[in-house]
Amino acid sequence: MIRVTDPGPQTTVQDLGRPGQLRYGIPPSGPVDVRAFTIANRLVGNPDGAAGLECTLMGPRFTVETACAIAVTGAEAPVTINGSPAEPWATLALAPGDTVRVAAARAGVRLYLAFSGGLDVPPVLGSRATYLRGRLGGFHGRALKRDDVLRVFRAPMPALRAATPAEIPALEAEPEIRVVLGPQADRFTAEGVAAFLGGPFEMLPQSDRMGARLSGPRITHTRGHDIISDGIALGAIQVPGDGQPIVLLVDRQSTGGYAKIATVGSFDIGRIGQVKPGQRVRFRAVDVAGAHRLRRAWETSLAAVAGGPVAAVPAA
Amino acid sequence: MALCVELGDEISAEVNTRVRALEFLIQAKGLPGVVETVPSFRSLLVYYDPGQTGFDALCAGLGELAEQATTATLPPARLIELPCCYDPEFGLDLLAAAARLGLTVDELVRIHAGAEYVVYFVGFTPGLPYMAGVPERIRLPRLETPRVKVPAGSVGLGGAQYCIYSVESPGGYWLLGRTPVRLYDPEAAEPTLLRPGDRVRMRPIDRTEYDAIAACVTARTYAPVIT
Repeated sequence: MIRVTDPGPQTTVQDLGRPGQLRYGIPPSGPVDVRAFTIANRLVGNPDGAAGLECTLMGPRFTVETACAIAVTGAEAPVTINGSPAEPWATLALAPGDTVRVAAARAGVRLYLAFSGGLDVPPVLGSRATYLRGRLGGFHGRALKRDDVLRVFRAPMPALRAATPAEIPALEAEPEIRVVLGPQADRFTAEGVAAFLGGPFEMLPQSDRMGARLSGPRITHTRGHDIISDGIALGAIQVPGDGQPIVLLVDRQSTGGYAKIATVGSFDIGRIGQVKPGQRVRFRAVDVAGAHRLRRAWETSLAAVAGGPVAAVPAA
Repeated sequence: MALCVELGDEISAEVNTRVRALEFLIQAKGLPGVVETVPSFRSLLVYYDPGQTGFDALCAGLGELAEQATTATLPPARLIELPCCYDPEFGLDLLAAAARLGLTVDELVRIHAGAEYVVYFVGFTPGLPYMAGVPERIRLPRLETPRVKVPAGSVGLGGAQYCIYSVESPGGYWLLGRTPVRLYDPEAAEPTLLRPGDRVRMRPIDRTEYDAIAACVTARTYAPVIT
């Protein structure tokens, strides 16, 4: 069991998400940065889909009441156990009564905490992920609050190890995000598309798990910004009338009526999700075949990272 | 990864039926590599796993199914009856809409409740049905100034579209009444009530019956009539 003494600004329970519900208007949720989330689980000996925590800009402070192992990955933030500095991207063994604090991120946005065994919250529609706007799943459908007590599945103590430096993604100052143009790129002027690919765009503080809101050169439309509402893919970039792009993320609305200029490749969702408000990004277009190659490379790298996936064991 | 199959560039029963027929065929035939589908007015968003299917093979498979996707493909739809209280307290635009249409409130309610609607798709917020089948006589352009907050259960008209707000959200439709039935309940085993293709009828109820049904909904003892 873990007792939360300070939840941080937005800490939610997530697993790898809830596919199959978009046709009912329910997004998949799950971690924005799948790679960092997966590494955290592997470092504590969990299957990739075990439930852990996603924190935004700052981590929580909590006390464990039973011995377990944890790992902290994602954004770069100081971690302490009972006040002493501890390593991120590594297995940390905790004894009953230990207090962990994950402070404000110095770089990046999303922090992940995995607990050996995984968090024990009831699955909803097959997933433990939290969908905040829909008050669905996770811990009572909401972000954690002070004094919440979460149960952790019992699991053997894993071997203590750390991710290699090469496995820890660099948090770049101005990342280049790869996109495939479309599905409605023809609804934008040539100048609009050039402005989009020229950038740069600054991340706005209103960004959340639903969408990353950006500000930069105005992207102009040809025939207005409204289309007949249609489905919104992960990473789709909507451009409303103000000409400023919104990248739709894991808690996105299932359908929408603004023209979409491009789609961020699934392999780059985690990277754009780590861009802090005030930081800038640029977009680069790749074709569908190029996106498939990047996706395969991403999957290959993910399959091997932190020793590869752990076989699922029945929850205790 | 995802691709979008567009079956037309208009909001019409024919195009939307083909969208839903294509989705049905993908499910029925188990098209390899397809992970999830999202129907909307005139297109189907298809999520796929590039590890299981190539882009060209998927496009070819979808093209073939799209040709077979006709109005005759779909299995019979469910009919759901939803109680609706057409009271100005809930139907904040009921009086204004009737006046704008040159109808009495009773006539507007009779026309609205007398029609059968088809759920074109569910989306935007969890469980929100976009429906068609609004009789010509009661069509109105959307509100000039959308409301910042529309209560869940509100039934609204906007042009040829009809929707029922599933959660409290902003909205630009004319509000005629409210159903006590929850279209989205995160604590229910099946959180959303309506599915793409469902047929929907409204049954006018008075305030007393609204309160009675609302109490049953809260106690989780209410089940809407589905045939």
